[in-house]
Amino acid sequence: MMILSANTQWVLLSTMMLGMAAGVVGCFAYWKRQSLMSDALSHAALPGVVAGFAVLGTKSLPFMLGGAALSALLGALFIQWIRTSSRVKEDAAMGIVLSVFFGLGIMLLTLANRLPGGQQSGLDSFIFGQSASMVRQDVYTMLGVTLLVLIVTLVAWKEWKLFLFDPQFGGGLGLSGRVMNLLYMVLLVLVIVIGIQAAGVILMAALLIMPGVSARYWTHSYGGMIGLAALFGGASGAVGTLVSASGNGWPTGPFIVLTASVLFVISLTLGTSKGLLVMLLQHRAQRAALTKQHTHPAHETVERGG
Amino acid sequence: MSYTGWILLTASLVGLSCGFIGVLLILRRMAMMADAISHTVLLGIVVAYLVTRELSGVHMLIGAVTAGLLTSLFVQWLHARGVQQEASIGVVFTSLFAIGVVLIATKVGNAHLDIQHTLMGEITYIPWELTELPWIGAVPEAVVLLSGVLVVVVGVILAFYKEWKITSFDPALAASLGIPVVLMHYVFMSLVSITTVAAFDAVGAIMVVAMLITPAAAAYLWTDRLLVMMGLSGVFGVIAAFMGYYIAVWLDTSISGSMAFSTGIIFMISFLFSPRHGLASRLVRPADQI
Amino acid sequence: MDRVLSVEQLNASYRKNKVLDNVSFEVLPGTLTAIVGPNGAGKSTLLKAILDLHPRLSGVVSCFGSPYAQVKSRIGYVPQRGSVDWDFPTNALDVVMMGLYGKIGWLKWPKRKHRELALAALEEMGLGNYADRQISQLSGGQQQRVFLARALVQDADLYFLDEPLAGVDAATEKVIMDTLNTLKNKGRTVMVVHHDLQTVEEYFDHVLMLNRTVIAHGKTADTFNQANIMRTYGGSLRWMGDRLG
Repeated sequence: MMILSANTQWVLLSTMMLGMAAGVVGCFAYWKRQSLMSDALSHAALPGVVAGFAVLGTKSLPFMLGGAALSALLGALFIQWIRTSSRVKEDAAMGIVLSVFFGLGIMLLTLANRLPGGQQSGLDSFIFGQSASMVRQDVYTMLGVTLLVLIVTLVAWKEWKLFLFDPQFGGGLGLSGRVMNLLYMVLLVLVIVIGIQAAGVILMAALLIMPGVSARYWTHSYGGMIGLAALFGGASGAVGTLVSASGNGWPTGPFIVLTASVLFVISLTLGTSKGLLVMLLQHRAQRAALTKQHTHPAHETVERGG
Repeated sequence: MSYTGWILLTASLVGLSCGFIGVLLILRRMAMMADAISHTVLLGIVVAYLVTRELSGVHMLIGAVTAGLLTSLFVQWLHARGVQQEASIGVVFTSLFAIGVVLIATKVGNAHLDIQHTLMGEITYIPWELTELPWIGAVPEAVVLLSGVLVVVVGVILAFYKEWKITSFDPALAASLGIPVVLMHYVFMSLVSITTVAAFDAVGAIMVVAMLITPAAAAYLWTDRLLVMMGLSGVFGVIAAFMGYYIAVWLDTSISGSMAFSTGIIFMISFLFSPRHGLASRLVRPADQI
Repeated sequence: MDRVLSVEQLNASYRKNKVLDNVSFEVLPGTLTAIVGPNGAGKSTLLKAILDLHPRLSGVVSCFGSPYAQVKSRIGYVPQRGSVDWDFPTNALDVVMMGLYGKIGWLKWPKRKHRELALAALEEMGLGNYADRQISQLSGGQQQRVFLARALVQDADLYFLDEPLAGVDAATEKVIMDTLNTLKNKGRTVMVVHHDLQTVEEYFDHVLMLNRTVIAHGKTADTFNQANIMRTYGGSLRWMGDRLG
């Protein structure tokens, strides 16, 4: 057991909270069938981060996060616009926004790295995430925003449920779909924006997608899934940060994602609700029941893998 | 050929291969699959490097195609087990990519293979890495590799043109006519993988995604004929390569980033002004009245 | 071999739910059969399971006395209209020509004679003037007729159609039914997933009533009666009251 510095403890706390918030909002994205939207938006945040830096000429997290939020929202707007007013489908629209915004981000990044102070700004660490680059101020910002996100999801618990499950019915009860959609988009962008410093724009999406998908293998209930996703996300954030801190200059994002992948594989195989093991046993039972039912000779049946 | 000439030729070859493949990608609604594969080939390259300890074209191609096919298999497999298609893509590619990055960061990080390079490419070095060809003389290795890939891509698309068309448009009918839809899917994924990996070294992962999806989507707004769409898409890719290069030189910035951005400009122009399916056409006449 | 199609003890499931339970029936040549049943009765899945497009848990399907895979070229399939992307960059003639791809063979491009065959089929459907139209610019009924033309050029002996009359105009409905009757009179066999109970007696000489398993199957005149309809649809059929009095 290593002894952690006070700063590392704070960073650990903030990546854990980030993982929890990402797990919860990731569930929303999953139910809205927008898992890859988070990937597109986190890539789209890059030019904003760099522009936020360039405006002040010095590293100021609020400015950079503000820029990130703006460009991610712009990306979301573009996807929506392309999808609704041309024959180009959503997947292509996301691919376009993702790659073009990221290309612009790289252009700006190359330019910014030549500005005085640009090389030391740690801008590069936004690509793969570098929690070691976070100072106390960054940690407070992150903690504040994650808390806000968690509170918003908890306060409007039943409204979210209604909105995600049956927005039309919700509309009938006076729940405005537009407002909820906007709020959802804001939450998603907030989580992405605060996450990119630790997890990086390229892998941030994984922290949103994986905890929710893993949670599905354990429970069918709404609350259960959200709770478990928060747990998985928090664990991924904390463990990933710890592991990456044990190496010299190792990026944080990939280790957070690997932790989340390990949790996913465990859930996939051993999960009590739809895990492979359980499915296998059920399948056997079904097969056995079927053979009992029929007196048909086995060689005549056409067998197909499920 | 001049230094600039080689760079433009390399990028144009990427633009052509990606442009042709991209048309099938977006018609099969697999744009995000291309994004996924462009990330996971990194793992294939790293593993090939760890096994052979050298970065040769052949090993990289084998590693990348394996990684691409595995990505596609895993996604299919998870989807068949009830995970949404989108989410399965997200789970698979981020995991495999993370493994690749971690391996680079912890095991193989060196001058030949670093993370920055794989994302953004190093097209500026391409003209220096020459190889001798009979008759022609010294040619950059990347140009040889990319020309080979272009020939394969064009060959396979044209040879099975009607099969690509029908399996993209109506897979159920294709299957009922006896066309091996699943096999075609994996052949296609292999094509995407080799295109990606060949382009990867030159221009990096993100630029590959831009070149695969954006010119094809732009071409989709100009025409209703598949062959024309492919031709246009290739042309757009080449235009983006030239445009990107000169913008990058002008601003003195990343060439691959600037090429990716240029594909976006071409798309935006098409999106706004294409007389057939652009926004302008809607202003002139209502959508359903032709 | 007398039977065109025989299905024995067919079982299939979708995700965890069993949608086809011991389905068995046989179809005679030169018949026009409607497959009817409530939503979720497994009508489309039945077609797909027969055509190897949906995995079978167990059961034997044979067409013309052989396994389906060996006689694919003698079988035509018209999927639901919603199953394809109508924004696909292709025109009506091209879609019809797709029906010939199996016959044209690998590596070959369609020739003039294939174009002419496809054009003739389009004309038969009354769409000769629409050959160059991008397919999204056709009406729903016209799209359905393009699909039917595509099946016609296949020149199959056994046809499966999935809801060809759903959401089409009256003119298209008439063209489609005339075409199917012509096929029947030429000795071809046609099976149609059908949703409109009002027209079963008028349009079809045989009916297969399905609700996860075969409830009744036979000549329409003998089979399509109130008792069987009630058994097929259970309590879910409030609106049948006015029709059956």
